[in-house]
Amino acid sequence: MRFAQAIESALAQAMAKDESIFILGEDVHTLRVNLLTRFGADRVKSTPISESAFLGAAVTAAMAGLRPVVEIMLVDFIGVAMDAILNHAAKIASFSGGKWHVPLVIRAACGGGYGDAGQHEQSLWGWLAHIPGINVVVPSNPSDAGGLMLTALSQQEPVIYLEHKLLADYWRDYLGGTSRSNISINVPAAGVEGEVPDHWEPVPLGKSTVVKKGKDITIASAAVGVHQSIEAASILEKEGISAEIIDLRSIVPLDIEGLVASVKKTGALLVVDEDYKMFGLSGEICASLKESGLTFKYGRVCTETTIPFARALEDQVLPNTKRIVDESTKLLKA
Amino acid sequence: MIRSRLFEEAVKQLWDAGNISGEMHLGIGEEAVIAGVVSQLTDGDAMALDHRGTAALLMRGVDPLSILLECMGHARGMCAGQGGHMHLFSKDHLAASSGIVGSAGPAAAGFAIAAKYKKSDKIAVAFFGEGAMNQGMMLESLNLAAAWKLPVLFVCKDNGWAISTQSKDVTGGNLVDRAKGFGIEAVAVDGMDVEAVWKAAFEAILKIRSGNGPFFIQAKCEHREGHFLGDPLLRFHEAPIKNYGQVLGPLMKALFSRKGASMLKRSRSMGKVLSLISLSGKQRKLEPDPVDTSQKKQQEDKLRLDQIKEAAAKGIGSIVQQALEITKGGRDA
Repeated sequence: MRFAQAIESALAQAMAKDESIFILGEDVHTLRVNLLTRFGADRVKSTPISESAFLGAAVTAAMAGLRPVVEIMLVDFIGVAMDAILNHAAKIASFSGGKWHVPLVIRAACGGGYGDAGQHEQSLWGWLAHIPGINVVVPSNPSDAGGLMLTALSQQEPVIYLEHKLLADYWRDYLGGTSRSNISINVPAAGVEGEVPDHWEPVPLGKSTVVKKGKDITIASAAVGVHQSIEAASILEKEGISAEIIDLRSIVPLDIEGLVASVKKTGALLVVDEDYKMFGLSGEICASLKESGLTFKYGRVCTETTIPFARALEDQVLPNTKRIVDESTKLLKA
Repeated sequence: MIRSRLFEEAVKQLWDAGNISGEMHLGIGEEAVIAGVVSQLTDGDAMALDHRGTAALLMRGVDPLSILLECMGHARGMCAGQGGHMHLFSKDHLAASSGIVGSAGPAAAGFAIAAKYKKSDKIAVAFFGEGAMNQGMMLESLNLAAAWKLPVLFVCKDNGWAISTQSKDVTGGNLVDRAKGFGIEAVAVDGMDVEAVWKAAFEAILKIRSGNGPFFIQAKCEHREGHFLGDPLLRFHEAPIKNYGQVLGPLMKALFSRKGASMLKRSRSMGKVLSLISLSGKQRKLEPDPVDTSQKKQQEDKLRLDQIKEAAAKGIGSIVQQALEITKGGRDA
């Protein structure tokens, strides 16, 4: 099953069971035609381009007993509605003394690598994860995509669900058409299509997976970074370096335990993070592992500047296989 | 209204005495607006409140002791002391507050979406100031409510001041016309007259419940305590010698420093600063006071009015005593 089909299939399974789930967002009548047809227009509702209003409204709709899945077309657009997340969704459980909860799912496409520039290609999971009171998940394959959506739909607290556009490839088709064969996009095949269960079961939050075992270095990543790391690992293998690869799957809660277990064994950690380098996931993982008392070699491959438009420039700015190989080698030689 | 006024005056005293930390935004002066609307709400109706939510919650039937203890940050407060006066939540009353100006718009729209989704005749009320009408999310919410015919009563408590800025200086057009521009039925009422507010809200709520979509009421009122307790403009006005003493030096330096605007512009700016202080100070003495006015209208039944006043004073007095007693031993006592 393909990545986006998996999300839709898990959503459909949950929507059939729970009448309180409804989808809200720009263009959902076009993007979610199957769900619209199956569940009707009351449950798949297209909004005006007013993220502050409909995301803010979804917070209280959730408080009033519904379970909204709000689609923010691209995570980059979340900036205009940040107040609803930062000051409301994330804070109401705490402010109400734990008496009122916001079972809200915010679904957004994220990530780059197809030439759309930095207002439409950011990852932002670290930026969102900075705020206490919300969960952030980023699947890397169809099986996790469905399972994590099912989990998100069963939480008491808000979950931001990010789908990478290189994996959920219908997004690129929707945004600009994919018929131009002379434009090169490095799509990770194993992330776009894969085996899924017959009936969706929830994938636990805060539980990473070891996608490849190794003994010399731990490479931790999420979404497309996981696939780039797997590719890098096969190159490193030829140089005699055995890399263990961890797919984080959820940014909040973060599986520190899983990382500790791996880094304890390898003694070296490389974080591959498509989100920004400064004040983000890569630094957080390093700090958390230090706090747990480990001594280890550390490096990171992240996005450090605004993502430029030109494909050639973009490929240099985003994490890529070569950068992962180079940084791993450098780290182990140090 | 009497009870709410007494409650908030007690809050003011507790704040002055240092029993309440942080900022304090009171609803003194807007009681008629709140009472005229809240008295018509029933179970299942929701309220999206701003940073001045105490009066609305009190009138909606939330236990006043739990509100006061929340303002005082006590574990027995309505939000376990984690919210404070700007973030008061009562799930039972579907009442949610926020300290972010304009957020009552989306919040009310969301409650209304839920009411409509459940096919009920319940409504959501948004209480907000006229300052919020210049906030994007409020305008987006007016549009959303109109486009989706949401059961929202938008109540704009217009006191003419957006924090310490006069709204007339920063607002284009008039607000009733603005709401009508979204296709929303809208009226302006005297927010100092509880009967006028009640009548306008009655008509509005009737229409909203019957599925006509949102309604907008602009109710003019006054904040007799300024934006918040310790409002810098009011503080100046009340203790001019002490406060002018502190700022006069730097102000004079700014007036005469080399380089900057022309002397004409400088003296005009200084004049603006001084006039703001004197203008805001006049708020305190504004007539009529909505609580006094409503009492005057009850003079035919003076005996009953006196009984109400006495009971309210006794009730609030006892709540304050209880709150002081409970908080004596610290937050978790």
